[in-house]
Amino acid sequence: MDNVTFGLTMLVCGMGGTIVVLWLMSLVMALLGKLFPEKPVKKEA
Amino acid sequence: MAEAIINGLGGLTVGFQMLAVDWRNTIMILVGFVLLYLGIKKDCEPLLLVPIGFGCILVNIPLSDVMSQEGFIRSLYNAGIVTELFPLLIFVGIGAMTDFGPVLAQPSTFLLGAAGQFGIFLTLILALALGFPQLDAVAIGIIGACDGPTAIYVTSKYAPHLLGAVSVAAYSYMSLVPVLQPPIMRLLTTKKEREIVMKSVAKPVSKTTKMLFPLVITILGGIIAPKGLPLLGTIMLGNLMRESGVVSRLTKASENEIANIVTLFLGLTIGATMVGSAFIRAETLIILALGFVAICLDTVCGVLFGKLMSVATGGKVNPLIGAAGISAFPMAARVVQREGAKWNKKSYLLMHAMGANAGGQIGSVVAAAVMLSVLAGMGIIR
Repeated sequence: MDNVTFGLTMLVCGMGGTIVVLWLMSLVMALLGKLFPEKPVKKEA
Repeated sequence: MAEAIINGLGGLTVGFQMLAVDWRNTIMILVGFVLLYLGIKKDCEPLLLVPIGFGCILVNIPLSDVMSQEGFIRSLYNAGIVTELFPLLIFVGIGAMTDFGPVLAQPSTFLLGAAGQFGIFLTLILALALGFPQLDAVAIGIIGACDGPTAIYVTSKYAPHLLGAVSVAAYSYMSLVPVLQPPIMRLLTTKKEREIVMKSVAKPVSKTTKMLFPLVITILGGIIAPKGLPLLGTIMLGNLMRESGVVSRLTKASENEIANIVTLFLGLTIGATMVGSAFIRAETLIILALGFVAICLDTVCGVLFGKLMSVATGGKVNPLIGAAGISAFPMAARVVQREGAKWNKKSYLLMHAMGANAGGQIGSVVAAAVMLSVLAGMGIIR
């Protein structure tokens, strides 16, 4: 594979892949935050 | 008798003769002293630069056999670098030390961690343009991850002959983040942007979410980029131990004893790869220069992405936090806090920057994992 093809593939797939993976992770973590919210601590009487 | 004495004394002076024969060893011993000076006097990543500097001196003493087949550093090298064990054990410690709470409180900051990885890929292209072979260019680009263990893991696997130069560049520039970043941050932002006050992130994160985070990231990241699973898996294992709270002995051992011992061995072995004949080449200087460019590009892209977020949110995001989207944790976040406070005393960016910085920590590992999986997909590595 020539260097131009290699470099551009790495930029598109590598950087694109990194952004997509981190975006997916942020979505999943936002979802988890909604599914398991921090419960307020009950005050003892 | 006299001849035997002369021969015996000759054995004690042969080292001096060899020193005169190969000037590169002398230069590298001086380089070792510079690294020791930076670590001891200037407090630049001393935990790494002190053993690296000493390893560099040890291996460049003429007739030194520390890196010969039976040498003690060669044994460490074979046990921990060839097997990739040292960087992975360090990652367990990093996971055990890192609180990902700020990024979990504001998951969108994960994207700043992605923007901070642009430098890796842009530098890879630059290295290719300068004529480096493809896998060497990958190893050089990974300096832009601003993450020592990741750089060592990738380089030791695919370009071991560049290990010394890449590791020294990665750790040296990482320690220079407080010097390198502020001018770039100022250059790319307006005074008005730097003065933006961001609302505090007081959103609490549940323990369940904190415990599920390492599991979900490992499974999701591992499925998408299996070649990087050792990197992602070890950092997340450390973090799961921390957040679960039930294995405090293992957590403490990971972040203290194991991390300390491995750091010592790692530094020593990296230093011992810096043999004069292999290190003093034009190529090394180019790699050091490209490493510098990589870290500057990370900051540039991070700040530009921060500007984009600022525009998209109607000015609610201070673009300076984009500079924290790199892996130098928590140094980059502190730099952002200091810079923000310099322009607006009411500005408290630390928690936002910590989120971006934790995102950068994951981002660098994900970028390396994705990179390796793309390379495997193209059939360049197995």
